[in-house]
Order: sequence, then C-alpha cells, then structure tokens
Amino acid sequence: MAIELSEHELEQQQGASQEKSRAKGVEGEAKPTREVAKKDEQSAATKPAVPTRADHFVWGIPQNGLEQKQRHVPLHEPPPLAANAELTYIGKPTERYDGPAKVTGKAKYTADVHLPGMLYGRMVDASVPHARIISIDASAAEKLPGVRAVHIIEHVYGVAQLRNPKQELSSRYPLVRYAGQPIAGVAAISQQIADEAAKLIKVQYETMRFVIDRAEARVDGAPMVFPGPADEAGSAGGGGGPKGVPQTGNVHGPQRKTVGDPHKGFSEADITVEGEYFTQVQTHSALETHGFVVDWKPEEVTVYASTQGTSSVRNDMADVFKLRKPQVRVITEFMGGGFGAKFGAGNEGVVAANLSRKANAPVKLMLDRRQEHIVSNRPDSHQKLKIGAKLDGTLTAIELVSYGTAGVGTGAGTAGPATNMYKCPNLLTEEYDVFTNAGPGAAFRAPGHPQGCFALEQAIDELAIKLELDPLTYREKIDENPARKVERQLILDRTNWSKRRPAGSDTGPIKYGMGIAQSVWYRFVNMNSSCEVRLSRDGSVELMSAVQDLGTGTKTMLAIIVAEEFGIPPASVIIRIGDTRFPIGPDSGGSVTAGSITPAARNAAYEVKQKLFAAVAPKLGTTAENLTIQSGRVIFKDDASKSYSLKQVAAKLPTDEISARSTRVAEYSKEKITYGGVDYVELAVDTETGRVHIQKVFGAHDCGRPINPTGVISQINGGILQGISYALFEQRIMDRNAGYMLNANLDNYKILGAREVPEIEIALVENYIAQSSTDAAGIGESAGIITLAAAIANAFYNATGVRMRKLPMTPAHVLDALGRSRENGNGREVQA
Amino acid sequence: MNRFAYVDTKTIDEALGQLGGGAVIKAGGIDLLDLMKDDIIAPSKLVNIRNISGLNGISIQKDGLHLGSLTTLSEIAAHPDIRHSYAALADAAGHAATPQVRNMATLGGNIMQRPRCWYFRSSDFDCKKKSGTSDECHAHAGENQYHAVMNNGTCAMVHPSSTAVPLLAMDATVELVSKAGKRTVAMRDFFVPPEKSLINETVVQPGELITGIFVPAPLPGTRSAYQKYGEKESFDWPLADAGVVLVMDGSHCKRAAIVLGVAAPTPTRCASAEALLTGKVIDEAVARSAAQAAMQSATPLSQNSYKTQLFHTAIYRTVLLAAGQMQRDPSSIG
Repeated sequence: MAIELSEHELEQQQGASQEKSRAKGVEGEAKPTREVAKKDEQSAATKPAVPTRADHFVWGIPQNGLEQKQRHVPLHEPPPLAANAELTYIGKPTERYDGPAKVTGKAKYTADVHLPGMLYGRMVDASVPHARIISIDASAAEKLPGVRAVHIIEHVYGVAQLRNPKQELSSRYPLVRYAGQPIAGVAAISQQIADEAAKLIKVQYETMRFVIDRAEARVDGAPMVFPGPADEAGSAGGGGGPKGVPQTGNVHGPQRKTVGDPHKGFSEADITVEGEYFTQVQTHSALETHGFVVDWKPEEVTVYASTQGTSSVRNDMADVFKLRKPQVRVITEFMGGGFGAKFGAGNEGVVAANLSRKANAPVKLMLDRRQEHIVSNRPDSHQKLKIGAKLDGTLTAIELVSYGTAGVGTGAGTAGPATNMYKCPNLLTEEYDVFTNAGPGAAFRAPGHPQGCFALEQAIDELAIKLELDPLTYREKIDENPARKVERQLILDRTNWSKRRPAGSDTGPIKYGMGIAQSVWYRFVNMNSSCEVRLSRDGSVELMSAVQDLGTGTKTMLAIIVAEEFGIPPASVIIRIGDTRFPIGPDSGGSVTAGSITPAARNAAYEVKQKLFAAVAPKLGTTAENLTIQSGRVIFKDDASKSYSLKQVAAKLPTDEISARSTRVAEYSKEKITYGGVDYVELAVDTETGRVHIQKVFGAHDCGRPINPTGVISQINGGILQGISYALFEQRIMDRNAGYMLNANLDNYKILGAREVPEIEIALVENYIAQSSTDAAGIGESAGIITLAAAIANAFYNATGVRMRKLPMTPAHVLDALGRSRENGNGREVQA
Repeated sequence: MNRFAYVDTKTIDEALGQLGGGAVIKAGGIDLLDLMKDDIIAPSKLVNIRNISGLNGISIQKDGLHLGSLTTLSEIAAHPDIRHSYAALADAAGHAATPQVRNMATLGGNIMQRPRCWYFRSSDFDCKKKSGTSDECHAHAGENQYHAVMNNGTCAMVHPSSTAVPLLAMDATVELVSKAGKRTVAMRDFFVPPEKSLINETVVQPGELITGIFVPAPLPGTRSAYQKYGEKESFDWPLADAGVVLVMDGSHCKRAAIVLGVAAPTPTRCASAEALLTGKVIDEAVARSAAQAAMQSATPLSQNSYKTQLFHTAIYRTVLLAAGQMQRDPSSIG
C-alpha cells in the first residue's frame, strides 16, 4: 500500500491528489491506520467556513431499528432522504441501464472503436527476464509495406524505480527486468501487418541472472532485480508500496506497525495459534484487455481508453506529453472490466499516443491476452500469523509477518484485515515486498485483503476450535461491527450453519463441510466528483459526468438518483458519462465511485428542480416553495388537486434548457466507517480426486444505502465467483528455467466457468450512515473476493479436519495436503 | 499467424490433389487454428475438407459402427445407438471441450490433434518436437504438473484426444486414403510414441486423408464407460482419464479393456489391470486392485505424482461405472 492515511485525511487530500503527477493518486485502496490523523483539524481550520444547517438523517440498520441522527450540513444540501422502504426508485431492483445495448452488441467498447484512417498497433516486448538491451534494430519493420510508425520506449511506467538512478549504468534503453516488459510499438494499416512488423524488430540482449521465485529472491546472493533500493508509486486504484523503507537485496521493507505491546499481549495469552499461509499470484484477466485508441491532433488529443479512470488517463497523458489538461479528451463509453489494473495511460497508452503523433493518424492498440496476463497481477504472499487469546476468547495480541512479490513492483502488503477486522489491544505487523524478475503487481480488487483474510480468518477459526467455541459465536464475541452482527444473524437464520458437524465427520471419500469468513473494507471518498444535470423544455432530463462505468452499473445508479428527484422512471433519464469534456469524475478504485458521485448527481438534480420551480411557479400561480414532486407529479403542497406532469411544467420554462452542476460535498461527519460482509460456504471435498465442489454460498453484505439492489447483488455475485476462482483455480505459472509465464492464456490460466458456479444467495443489509445526500457506498471490494478463499478453507477444514494453508486448492495441492495429513496420522494438523 | 492460401474442396480426389508443398488439411479447424495463432505451425495452404460429402455420417451395421471422419463430436455424443452400445465413445465425445467446440470439432480432427504440452504450444520454447535443436525436454527440469506420468522419459507431452481412448479400448480401425490408394490401420498401431519419432505422432503420412473410423460391433454383455478428471468442470483439459470396456457374463467379467489417455504421450492400454478383472466379479476392491496394477508403471516427474493418484481414482471409478455399480462421478469433468 502506497500511503498510510486515515480516511479523513484521505478525503482532505483527494482534491490535491489529482493534481499530482502521474500515478500518485491516493483515493484508492490505502489502508487506514488506527490513529486519528492530526492533520484533520489543521486542514479543517484552513477551510473557509461553509454556512450550515442542522438536519436529521435516517441512521442505523433496519434490523436494529432505525434512528434519526442530527448532522450539521451545508446550507444548500438537499433535504434528507428517507429510508429506502419509503422511496420510489432508490433501493428498488432496477434493470441495467445499458443492458440492452450490451446484449445486442450495440455498445461500443474501446476494442470496437473504429475511426477513419485508423492504424493498428502492436506492442513488442522483452523475450528475456533480465537483460541489458545492446541494440534495437527496427529497420526491417519500418520498411515493411503498410507500416506507418515505430516507437521505441524510453521509460517503463508502472514498475518500481531506483531511488538513486545512478546505481545503474545509463543506457539508451530501459533495463529489462521481466519477460514481457514493453520495448517498442508499431503501427500499420492492418493488425496483421502490425503483428508481422513487431516480429521484425530485432533486439540484442546482454542477458543477466534472474530470479522469479519469492523464496529464492530472499536468499543471500540471489540475482538482484534492482541494484539498489527502489520504490513504486501506487495508482489511483491503490497498489504500490511504502517508500523509504529499508531494502536488503531484493527484500524491500519492512513496513512495520505496532499497536500497544505485542510481546506483553502474547505473554498474557492463555492460548495462541500460529500458522504459515501461502497465496499465489493472480492475474486480472479482465474480459477486455488493456487498450487505447489515440487520435493525436495538435489542438486536441482524443483518447478512447479501456480505463477505470478517465481523469487518471487525462492526467497521465498531459503529464507525459507536456500538454494542457483540456488538450486531452478521454472517452470511455463502455468498459470491459479492470479489477484495479486499468488506471492511467500505462505503457500501451503512451506508446499508442507516440505512434499516433508520429503517423499523424489515429492508432488502436489493444494488448493481446498474453500481454494482458503479464501487465499486472495480485502479488503472492507468504504470511506468518500468530494470535493470542484469553480462555474467554478475548484477543490479547496479533502478529503478522508477511512477504510477497509484486514482481518488479511493490504493494504486496497483507496487513489490512489483521489490522482492521477485530479489536485487539496489541498488534505487530511487518510487511515486506520481494522483488523478482516478473511482471508488476497492481491494485486488484481489495488489494492485500484476500491474502490477509485467508490467513486471519483461518486463524480465528482455528482459535475458536481450540477454545471449543462455534466459530460464528466466537466472532460474535470479538467483532463489534454492528453490520456484521446483523450479517451473522442472517447466516444463523437462513443457512444450515446450526446443523454444522464436527470436523471430519464423513467416513467415505467425499466429505462435506461448512465455513464462514468475514471481510472488512473502508469508506473512501474522492472529492473529484462532479455532475451536471440538465432539464430541457420538452421534459428530458440528462446527466453528464466524466465518471466511467467499468461494468459495475454506475450509469444505472446515476439514473436512479436523478429519477428519484424528478419522479420519472430511471430508464427515461439520459446518462452521458465517461468523457472528460463533462464535469470531472472520480477514478473507480477502492469502491469509491458510488459513495463519491451519487451525492453530486442528487445535488445537481435537486438544484435543477429548485430552478424549475422558481422559473415556473409564477406561471402556475404559486410560489416555488409550494411546489414539490410526488409520485411522478408536480403538485402544490397546499392543494394536491393541482397536479402536473414534469413535461407540462418544463414546457413553461423561459429558456430551452436549465442546468446545474454540483461537486461532491465533504462527508457530513468524521466518524470512522468500515464496510464488510460475512460469507458462508457449503462444500464437498472429494479426497480421492482433490476436487473441491462449492455447493452453496450465502453472503450477507452491507454497503451503506443500496441504490440499485440488483446492481449491488450482481457485484457481490461477481466477487464471490472471482473469490472461488482465486481459491480453487487461478495461478500464474512461471517457468523456473526461462523466467516466462507459461500459462499466459485463458486455456491454462484457469478461471471458474459456468459449471463451477454454485447456488448463491445474497442478503443486503441496509446501513444508513448519514454521511452524504445519498448515503451510498461502493461494494466492489468487500463483495466476496476478500472472504471466499478463507470461507472455503474453513469449510474444507470442517469437511476433512485438514487445514489448507496454500492456494489455489487444486487437486495437486489438495491431494498433497491430505496425503501429508495421512502420513502424520489422521486429523492431526499439517502445514499444507 | 502467417499468410496462407485457402482452398475449398468438394471431393476426396480434389482434396488429395491439393495436398503437398506445405498444405495442411482443415476439417473443424479447432486445433489447427490454435497452432497457427500460436506460431507453432505456418502452413502455406489450408485445404478445407468440410464440404466433402460422404465423409460425414454415422452408420450402424451388423459388423459395427461406421463413422465418417467429419462426423462432429456432438453428433456422436447425441446418437442414441452410440450412447447405448458404444457408451464410452459417446461419453468421450460428449465431454470434450465445450458444446460450441463439439459442434465444430470432427472425429478425424480429434484424433489428429497435436499434443498438450505448454512448452510445445509456446513459440517461446524450442524443442525437438518442433524440429528445434534443444536436446532436453523442457518439462523434465521445468514445470510439469500437467505432464505425462508414464513413458515420459523422451518427451513428457500428454495425448490430447479423448475419443482415441474408447476407440483404442474398442479395437477400432482408421481408414486412410491417398493418391496411392486406401489402407486401414488399427488404433493400436495408429499413434507413434516419442521414442520412435518426436516429429510424427501418428502413422498418417503426408498426402493421406482419414475418411472414416470403424468400431467393431460389441460382443454380447459389453458395457463401457469413459470419465475424465481435471481442475475444473467447464472447459478444462483432463489431468487423468480412463476408458473401460467390459464384456460381462452375468456378474463375472469375461474380458476387459482399460485405456488411459492423458497418462502418456500416446493412449495406453493397461494389460496387467485388464488381467486382474478377467474372470472376476467386479466390486470396489477388484476395481481398486486393477487401478493399482495399472499405475505400477507410473514414473511421475517432479511435480505430477498427484496425477498417479488421480489416475488410480479415474480407473477404479470408471470400472465401477462401466460395471453399473456406480453413477457417473460428479467429480469427473466435461
């Protein structure tokens, strides 16, 4: 994690972060520390005083009874929203706004963009894992008929950089540190010619010793990936690691954090559990690969980007090419998934822009699937976790030492869950990044948390079993989070948990089990969140923002917010987003989008409504204050018989259009808020084939006020499936001798398919927090990806009596763990 | 992918006339296109045989099952007589790849697939199978978790065809035609192990075309089954598989054929395991002893000893399935 900030501090800095140079955004997935940031008051003091009013907001969880919470909010904030049960569109299952366009193929993704005169690009990458480039001969490629431009890369983005660049001999070409590192790009009149030209670029290497294995890279005398200390900045989605920490050989760190007195905590413990956990490298594997279409014109550079952040791409392009920001227009109308890996221009965006500039024509450059697997990943981990507790279960100390490799990057920390899930007075965490000659890690859906949770939630399970407590009941004792309390109750009420049997109860080769695990995620807000809402005289309502919809349902959510304000169906609202010509939008990382952009949308819609009332009230023979919208009609508050349609009222506007633009207002309070979820898994383990069959998942999750339950549930379904895929199938496989990724395809890089999808049931817990005019929050990160590997491992233990401490749970790893358990005598603990 | 010429042919003679000089036959085009896209082969010409009439079709005669080489895997899997009398073949055809692939993939193409080995399938790696100069098998000292556990000393590739497994167990024959005339090759002689040739995986010569496959009529009391096991159920390559044909006399097994597919570079019959079933009443203990015997000759590599255990499971469970003593295994894939 790049930056250690409390979420309050984070919020304060958000505006500034966008102004920083490329890849330095902080609004993403940083972990909050426990200490309240002292800067808060300072920065608050320097803020100009905003006139406020006191108002009462719905607060709490319906299952516990809703309350009213008083907040002081800016004077012009819209009135408080009622709970979802009392609203018309918000909180009601709504069909995806762009669903028909997507299923009919009308939706145009970046890969579908075709501009007149467009050229096709291809990246050329390194065929060796560690080398100096002696020469690059592009003459044959340049001469190939149909080739319009060749660009040789001078700087590699998205990887760690030496603190002291002088530690390396200066060279015309960047040093190659991993197989697949971008070297050049070509543009030609067809994809086939570009592909052929790419093969004609001859690179002469002076190869160097390399290391790809995390454990081997830690050994004295291992080949050095960097000749000295190196750091990587995070992206807007998080990732990156701490800067300025010690570095010995390839080992970067530790980032050490201490709370209380861990030594004393363990000495006070009656029981301790201790274990080592291993997780694999997972690649993002988004359906649409990374890619850009760049149309470089002197007056404006238009960039069609498959990105999670139109702003991040604009900022990078402006920074790299020394352009003024308005000179860069970034468009992302439809986006085929990112999972954290698609922020900024990336090497391929910079190359596409260079090619377009050189060729004086638009250039499309999409990575191929092999390149997509190498461009980014979730780092692996080797964690040693120790937890101490009193006989009554009270936690006394947690100690986590974690090593992970993000290849030539950093950001393999895993301490989020251990730090933030349970209250424990004494904590020590040490996180190390280990450099290897492999593709860089990047933010990936809840960075560090699936890894950290895999260890923490198994250790808590183990502790419960040692204490002879039901694991769910035990969590009830040590977890104070009110939403998770409700979520655990839902599991008790709606699953077979109460019928859970002791571990290893089945005698045949197929063994059945149940397990749970919990997640924690944080409320991050990006203040770069603006919307414009327009109302035309014909009654059309339109919303515009640069915010992108990466497939999570942002368009639908915005339509619902505006629809609620005007009392019109969401499908009738025109949503235009994903274009930096519109008001700035947040980069979508760290589950910030829903919580950041919806208040701006509502506030703009509310303001337009007030303008409408002010403009038409005299013509209707009343005052603006006497007008309101109810059940889709504009009515007089004092005489409900006076009722008009929005269209009738809009027709009375003095101009063809009225509009309002609104920017995200600061959080209503500085309360620390986390989100979470509890996931329950039922599975069968075939102990003779090593197959783990997930039979049922029940997930109970909270994310503030759900705006579109259909969309939220869809996100959770996706998180659960990605979590199962991570737990059972996915792993990057590197050839130890050549240093290449062997399964950089979707054939041998195995991702869960239709037949691996279990029965899934989701319960949404509404959690009103009175923080903004919508109270919405994102769900992307806490949506199952964090918990599933741990929940499956706990259910695996319940089925077999054996702990799986290594991912993925493939037949090879499962049969190995079961075999070692048998050798050690059935039922005895083994290190998988 | 390289530039190539594409020729559509309507008759066998026309197709044969187009072969030679770097031309390759294209039927379903499934494996061929993968190999071309991955730069493993670069044929100058693709000769499409898909539109030749007479190479397609399923015919059940007294002497047995006649299958045109262009018959698709989905046609085989759906055919009621094949499902009834040649169950293992229907199982193998019906559980290969995905429904979309099975609709396009032909039986001839299925047995002509090139091997599975990520070193062979990557243009980043040079090996003797690709006429390269590298002497070593990269899998031996490299990543071999998916590689062969038997006869893997020369080359540790695994055999790719599911349908070849029951075809070998059922003593099928392959009909070939060339300008020189027709010939018939028994399945047991069809595949060439790496110690005989690293380049040729079958006896099919350049200029030869597979026209059909014949499976002799089963003896009375015959029951058969095929199951495969992998990491996941949807669209995955098997890690272990077994085809079993039993000729039963009441509860006794008169004759047995057990064939393993992805255990070795070529489909492998397990004579010692078959012998253990002959004359026995099939039960779990007998099935497990046969599995044990079959895996005696396993020589796992550094990362794939788990596959030996998987094969053991695949064999005993498929023997029980063939004998009607077990339902289709939910842990099997496809």
